[in-house]
Formats: sequence, structure tokens, C-alpha cells
Amino acid sequence: MGDLPATPALISVLVVPAGVVLLALLAAAMNGALDARAAGRPAASGVAVPLVETARLLRQQRRTLAGADSVLWRIGGAGLVVAALLKVLVVPVGAVSFADIPAGIVWFNAMDVLLWALWWMLGWGANSAYSLIGGYRFLAQALAYEIPLMFALTGPAIGAGSLDVTQVAAAQHDLWFIVWMPVAFLVYAASVVAFAVWGPFAAPAGTDAVSGVLVELSGPDRLVVLAGRYALLVAGAAFAVPMFLGGGAGPLLPAWAWVLVKTAVLLGVFVGARRLFPAIRPDRLAEVAWVVVVPLVLVQLLVIAVLAAVGRS
Amino acid sequence: MLEAILFWLFGVVAVASAVAVFRTDSMARASYALAVSFIAVGAIVVQVRLDYIGLIIVLMMVMEMAIMAVFMVMFMGMNPALMPMDMTHDKRRSVLFSVVVFAVLAAAAVLIPWPARTGSPPSDTIESLGNTIMSSKMLVMLTISPVLFATIVSALVLANPRGRYDRYGDGLDRRIPEDPQRGGLGR
Amino acid sequence: MTLQLVLLIAAALFSVGLYGTLSQQVVVMVMMGIEVMLNAVILAAAAVWWFLAPTPDGQTLLLVVIAAMTVEMAMGFAGAIVLHRSRNSDMTDSATDLAG
Repeated sequence: MGDLPATPALISVLVVPAGVVLLALLAAAMNGALDARAAGRPAASGVAVPLVETARLLRQQRRTLAGADSVLWRIGGAGLVVAALLKVLVVPVGAVSFADIPAGIVWFNAMDVLLWALWWMLGWGANSAYSLIGGYRFLAQALAYEIPLMFALTGPAIGAGSLDVTQVAAAQHDLWFIVWMPVAFLVYAASVVAFAVWGPFAAPAGTDAVSGVLVELSGPDRLVVLAGRYALLVAGAAFAVPMFLGGGAGPLLPAWAWVLVKTAVLLGVFVGARRLFPAIRPDRLAEVAWVVVVPLVLVQLLVIAVLAAVGRS
Repeated sequence: MLEAILFWLFGVVAVASAVAVFRTDSMARASYALAVSFIAVGAIVVQVRLDYIGLIIVLMMVMEMAIMAVFMVMFMGMNPALMPMDMTHDKRRSVLFSVVVFAVLAAAAVLIPWPARTGSPPSDTIESLGNTIMSSKMLVMLTISPVLFATIVSALVLANPRGRYDRYGDGLDRRIPEDPQRGGLGR
Repeated sequence: MTLQLVLLIAAALFSVGLYGTLSQQVVVMVMMGIEVMLNAVILAAAAVWWFLAPTPDGQTLLLVVIAAMTVEMAMGFAGAIVLHRSRNSDMTDSATDLAG
């Protein structure tokens, strides 16, 4: 294992969570504004919603149920934010890379598989029927998106010839990957929305199951899970920047500013996507994912491999 | 120094959580204790510079443990409340046997005169692994592929309660198969 | 972190897994015991690779063991489903038709 010098480790412990929380608050503010506009109120009234909700939930009473598996329940709830932070560690922000793991793409993939365990534990631990239904819905959805996501993450690796995220970002100096890997990018974006249980993929927390995994949560526990959803969107958007959007490349601004700008733009697209698509049923999603999306992604990988081999020879 | 501390931490966690798998009172906790054990072993494998394989172990095993927890709950129908459960047979004989096996293996590990190290590790283990499985060890990949495919097919055949004739009718003449859960494509 | 230490931990893991495989009655728990044993094999193989022969070829053995673990889980669950469907039980003791 390479030795981590102390200063970047210290900075990453402070800066990374602060950055993720800030972007998550911005995403929640945008969502609040969109909700306010949809309800007929002026958009500006919804911008302060995340702060108001945070204050309200911090004061709200925590609750538990008889027979609840507290250990797994709280690990599932708190783990969402932790998984998001672990995912962001491999994103190179400008010249600084908090954790330049040689297999950074596989690290991201491993951390988003942790979410399988965490969302299920969140649903299971509450000892409540609707909560468990939400957890099972997440696993059904995850089985559908995981294989396409894994293939889609292999695309930039083939294009750059490396699993290291910094090298993938550096390999886009002449053409961004999103231009010639559109299918991989779309599948990746859909998977980010799915593992954050957001928008069209919000069945695990859906209103038809009395908000699924969220039903028994209250107080700081609920705040942590709701914050975790936004943090996961931030992590997905941040990782897409070195993978598909060229990393810190761009005129005028320094590299770290471009990373933040691109992350914010993609985050806005994800938050807005909630209003564009209807909710997808997980059982219907399985057939579509395995019969349509997996072959499409495999064809995309073939195209990428051919182009990369021709380009490199 | 840090490396030694980390190794001991991961080693102790691996063995302790493996023991917890069989001692805990809840099925879900047993599955995730096993997941923790795998994560610890994956971390040790990363420590010996096998980055890709270590991360793959963590990835695949957490996914499998999530699925295993679903199967546990399906078969045993337990609720999240912790109930003392001890579903074992031949407990004393198993303990005896496994202690004997541990003694033999530990004696072998400590007493065998291991040879000196031959060669040095490649600078980029991931690239060397990729080159190996695509060139000199491609036969391994060629064998694993049909084995995995056969696994998928046979597992589905075993697990599926409805065969062709249930879905397509006695003459295999139904245009759209009759399934209790229709898929998303309406096939 | 010497070879003997890692192999000791692998031996401990293997014997814990062996205890689980031999003593558990539920099919899924037996599979968990086998998983722990394969976990130990992976750890031991990685240790032997690093300390004795860190050539690129040795890593393929680890991939083979991981593939074997995957196959074992898939077929084990399929078998458990069939057993549950036909005998309505998940205990290995009710599947001893061919024994004795």
C-alpha cells in the first residue's frame, strides 16, 4: 500500500465532508425551489427548505420500535453518508487527489455495492412491514441496474487504458468521453439516480408503500438518511466528472473550480430529473434492464474497444 | 509499523466476525458478519499489493451477502427481533474436529521450512494481471466462461418453478407467455 | 506481517468455517461455512503469492477461487430453493435420503 502523507489525509477528512455537505444542501435547496414552484408558490420560498428541515429534524424526537434491530438499522442509516464520502475520495479535485488508488474505478464500484447492504439494512432493521418492502424494492432495482453500471464503468477504463481515475481524466485531453460513450454515460447517470433512490427510481421510498424505508425514521435518523440521498447524488455527479466530463479541463478557471462547476451542473440535472420521469416499478425494470440495456451497453463497449484499439495503434 | 497494525486489525476482525456468523442471534446479522469478514480479508489482500483482486473480493462478497440475507429471510422467516437460536447438530464433534484441523494447519504453517522468495512483484499488478489472463493464462478465462454460463442456466432451471409448458400452454402455442409477474417489455 | 502469521490467520478462518459447515443444520448456514473456508483459501493464496512467488501468473489462481465461490453460492441457493419447494424445509437433516 502506498504511504499516505499526513497532510492530505487530514485535509481530506475535513474538506471532503464539508464539500459534500455543501453541495448536498445546494441540491436540496434546488429541489425545494422546484417543489415550491410546482405547488404554485414562488421558487425562492423553497430555497430555505433544507435548512428549515434540518432544524426541525434535529429537534424532533427519535423513535424506535419493539424488536427493531437497532445495530443494523442505524448502520444502514448512517452508512449512506459514509458510503457517499468514500466514493468521493477517489475524485481528483484539480491537482489534489485525496486517495489516488490504482483501481479507483473498482473502488467506486465497491462502494456503491455497499449501498445494497445499507439500504436493505435500513429497510430490515426497523421491524416494520412497509420498511422491509422498501428494502426489498431496492434490491430488486439494484439487481437491474448493477450489471449495466459495471459495464458502463468499464467503458472509460477501456478508453483510457487504466483503472486509475486520474489517468482516465487525463486521457480526455482531446475529446471528452461523454461524446463517444453516450450510452455508457446515460446508464451511469441512471444508476446514480437509482442508487440514491431518487426520482424515477424512488420506489424503495415510494409513496405507495407509505414512503418505504423512510416510514419509521424520525428525528436525526431521518435527517441522516435524507442527507445521505443527496450526498449519494453529489458523489455520483462528482465521479462522473473525471470519468466522462474531462476532469478539471476548461478555460479560464483553475482545475478544482471546473470540477466543482461540472459537479454542480450534473447535480442540477439529477435533481431536475425527478420531475421529468414517472416512478418506475422495480419488477418491471428487471426485464427492461436485462433484455434491452445490457446488450446496448455491451455494443457500446465493443465500439469503445474497437475505437481505442484503432486509436492506439 | 502502520502496516503491521492494520494487518493485525484486519486479521482479528476477520476471525472474530467469522466466529460471530455462527454465534449471533439473527439471520441478517449472520450474513453481514460474514460480509465484514470478507471485507477484512479483502483489505489484507489489498495490503499485499493485489489492489484489483482485493477490491473485487469486497465488491462481490458484499453483493452476495445482500442476496444471501434475502434468501435467509425467505427460508427462515425470521423477524428482526433477536431471538436466541441454536440450530446445530453434532456440535461437540464439529468443535473437536475443527480444533484438530486448526492444530494441524497451524503446525504446518509454522513448521514448514518455506523457501525464499523467487522474483519480485510487478510494479503494476493490475496491468500484469490483465496481460496474464489475456495471453498466457487465457485458457483459464476460456474455461471459467462456460462454467459461469452453465451455472446461470442450471441455477435458473433449478429455481424456476414454471417450465415451458406452464408458460406457453400445452402445445407451446401461446404467443405471449403467461407469467404471474409480467415483465416491463410486455413479452 | 510474515508468511507464518498470515497462514495462521487463514488456518483459524478455515477451522471456524469447518465448524460452521459441520455443525449447522440450515442449508444457508452450511453455505456460509463453506464461504468462510473459501475466504481462508483466498487469504492463504494471496499470502503465498506475496511472500513466495509474486509473479503475475499466480494472481489467476485467486480469480479462479473467486469464480468457484460464485458458482458455489449460485448452485447452493438453487439447491436450497428446490429443497424448500419439495420438502418445505430448509434443514439439511430432511435431505438425507441417500444416507445410510
